[in-house]
Amino acid sequence: MQDRIEKRMELKAPVARVWRALTDYREFGAWFRVKLEGPFTPGRPAEGQITHPGYEHVRWKAVVQKMEPERLFSFTWHPYAIDPAVDYSAETPTLVEFRLEPSAEGTSLVLTESGFDRIPADRRPEAFRMNDGGWSAQMQNIADHVTQRS
Amino acid sequence: MSRSAVEGGIARRRHHAAVFAALGDETRLALVAALAAGAPRSIAQLTGGSRITRQAITKHLRVLEGAGVVRSARRGRQSLFELDPAPLTEMQEYLGRVAEQWDQVLSRLKSLVES
Repeated sequence: MQDRIEKRMELKAPVARVWRALTDYREFGAWFRVKLEGPFTPGRPAEGQITHPGYEHVRWKAVVQKMEPERLFSFTWHPYAIDPAVDYSAETPTLVEFRLEPSAEGTSLVLTESGFDRIPADRRPEAFRMNDGGWSAQMQNIADHVTQRS
Repeated sequence: MSRSAVEGGIARRRHHAAVFAALGDETRLALVAALAAGAPRSIAQLTGGSRITRQAITKHLRVLEGAGVVRSARRGRQSLFELDPAPLTEMQEYLGRVAEQWDQVLSRLKSLVES
């Protein structure tokens, strides 16, 4: 059990090609299934209409964090924010990071989504502050315990 | 999707966040690990062998209880604490669903750049 999601993938394409697919808002929209209204700019919101079948009525919103050419593209958003009637802005967003590195095959891509441990600031007592001493490893230990027990 | 289903989803997400946050502390993780080993334990049993005060342990147990990871029952003059593994399992399932969505999204990215 972990406090983040991490996916690694080998892509048979040059880093420059992957970078374009990630950060050109039209290309991003094609594989992410969202029709974005304009280019990505660090520190700025990105918005558009989801094009995934069945979810076309839903707005997609993120805030671009970092764009370090051919290395790192990141944004914050609300996963599962799929109901237009609900205001998700009060929810604490998670951070999505795409990291690229050249590899023998072309490009190594590492995706991480983190921040699932956060709760809205007004409900976060001092005692809830994160302590990152081997959190994931300890969670694994606990998961093992729990599994053995059930 | 109905409004109530979505609100349920948000309530669950808040709850997940509270569980993640409650576990984001070494002392509380150690307490959960101790309770995962088996039988309900008293505060005195959980404090034994640790350098942390009884008051501090109590406070940590209440945080875990607030997140639903631990439940307590009064037995005579003392409270006994035990682990409820359900929130840990739910959290794992929630992350699994988000991870599955990423698999689909990333496979579309792969098709695009490799074509």
